[in-house]
Amino acid sequence: MSTNRTAKDGLAIEADGLVKVYGEHRALDGIDLTVGRGQVFGFLGPNGAGKTTAIRILATLTRLDGGTARVLGLDVVSQADAIRARVAVTGQFASVDNDLTGYENLVIFGRLRGLSRAASKQRADQLLDAFGLSGAAGRPVGGYSGGMRRRLDIGASLIVTPDLLFLDEPTTGMDPRSQIQVWELVRRIAAAGTTVLLTTQYLEEADKLAEQIAVIDHGQIVAEGTSAQLKARVGSGTLRIRLLNGEQRSQAQAVLADALQGPVQLGADPLTLSVLLGTPADPTDAGRLVGRAMTRLAAARVAVAEVALGQPSLQEAFLTLTGHPASPAATDHEEPKS
Amino acid sequence: MSTPTATISAAALEADRLDGLLAPGEPPRRAEALTASAIFGWRAMLKIRREPKQLTDSIAIPVLFTVLFTYLFGGAIGVTPGHYLKSLLPGTLVMSITIVTVYGGARLAQDVTTGVFDRFRSLSVWRGALVLGGLLSDAARYLLSAAIVVILGVAIGYRPDGGARGVIAAVALVIAFGLSMSWLWAAIALLVRDPATVTSIGAAGLIAPTFASNIFVQPRTMPGWLQAVVNVNPISHVAAASRVLMNGTGGAGGPVAWSLVAIAAITLLFAPLTVHLYSKQP
Repeated sequence: MSTNRTAKDGLAIEADGLVKVYGEHRALDGIDLTVGRGQVFGFLGPNGAGKTTAIRILATLTRLDGGTARVLGLDVVSQADAIRARVAVTGQFASVDNDLTGYENLVIFGRLRGLSRAASKQRADQLLDAFGLSGAAGRPVGGYSGGMRRRLDIGASLIVTPDLLFLDEPTTGMDPRSQIQVWELVRRIAAAGTTVLLTTQYLEEADKLAEQIAVIDHGQIVAEGTSAQLKARVGSGTLRIRLLNGEQRSQAQAVLADALQGPVQLGADPLTLSVLLGTPADPTDAGRLVGRAMTRLAAARVAVAEVALGQPSLQEAFLTLTGHPASPAATDHEEPKS
Repeated sequence: MSTPTATISAAALEADRLDGLLAPGEPPRRAEALTASAIFGWRAMLKIRREPKQLTDSIAIPVLFTVLFTYLFGGAIGVTPGHYLKSLLPGTLVMSITIVTVYGGARLAQDVTTGVFDRFRSLSVWRGALVLGGLLSDAARYLLSAAIVVILGVAIGYRPDGGARGVIAAVALVIAFGLSMSWLWAAIALLVRDPATVTSIGAAGLIAPTFASNIFVQPRTMPGWLQAVVNVNPISHVAAASRVLMNGTGGAGGPVAWSLVAIAAITLLFAPLTVHLYSKQP
């Protein structure tokens, strides 16, 4: 079946210069995007970066103000209805009916997808079983836990297996167990041949699931590539230092910034800080840079407890690429919903 | 307490059962407009069954109006409540259902604010289906309200001289009028996107047209300008038609025809507007 899929080949998404303006705010400011069929593509960015807006435009829920986009080879403006028949969206907010049972929800969506009464009932039973929701099938969704509701929500998007599945922040606010379940689901869905476009604020999630990642910030794509490429782009390594005394951190920060000419990031732990080392021409440069840092810190009488040299985390990569941390707490404003 | 390994294998077990379900294939043929509307209607009925308190308005308003108007105004306007009921009860029927129509708009506004609306809009179905389907359940609610007015009316002394046929004709006409009003509230719901605002607009917006009609008093006691308003008010025509039909007094042609014109006009104005507002992308 995956050979079938590659036979009709082409791209799942081609977007060129997408613009969306809400009043004064440019939610999307010229986004180009290319997603191959069968890929898991990750949109990584903080709240308000434009991820949801991009998904809504590609899923034909929101009108674009500029640029062009083709989804599965179809134009999002003139062929919106044909796109709707072949994609599915699981939004950030539960797109299921709280008053109805899980079973009723799935049967209704199945019928609306064009399945016969019998087929939609059968499909609802199969999906509830596969999603571990058989026991809750007859209960109103309003009483489900967040994880159960999200699984039902994803299940509702699989009633007719879509060619392209949009998942907007599929694990936001989930406990770790449910998060692992959703990750496993996404892998299975992709393995069966569906292209997945997911947005996330979690670097770990993008790193684990997405073959290709676009980092989006203030409505623009600031970096794109595999997670390894993104990490490489920000430098070969990160020097992480743990101090003996937290009061010396700002002093250490100044010394390191001067010695290494790179951005110094303060860790969540008041004793730690880290520096991205850039991409030296010669691999042995890393050692030389660390040596220089240590010498300068000792000269400034800063007491160091631990030193480590390693690959930068995506968190650190994000900081370098956008100039600010990717923490959800750094929210400026919510994206306008619909 | 589950260890991380147990958690992962539990997740994998569930996902295993999914594998056979995910084979992509040709999507089924899209649901026809009427099929989709019927599915939405069925959904609305299911929601009423789950949340029967949704019917509070549809039950309380007709009970309240029938009892209140009969005994409050009955003695003052008519000779006896029984006498006054002849002219008042068909009007109460119209008034009750007119007020109850607002609720459908509030329910749509509620749907619009939830994520499920996005899922509906993401499907390849006719854009008017959600609203038209809602109208099916509205019709059921209007029928319930109408039945309450008629049964309660008969219990307190109303005798429909138009017989069962007259009553059924009047109820059908009033429901048709209610459904045309449903399109109006649907359009407002899609504009304001807030159930409480729809209810406020409905409550405020319906006071003048329901009272400035011939439901409670004959227009000949009113000043000329108000008579003019009352005489063009569609609610007056529907009330007059119900009165004639239920009381079997003859001459139903005129008021019924005017009512049908009003129903058609309201529907033709607001149904396309509603579908347009629904499919309009923000």
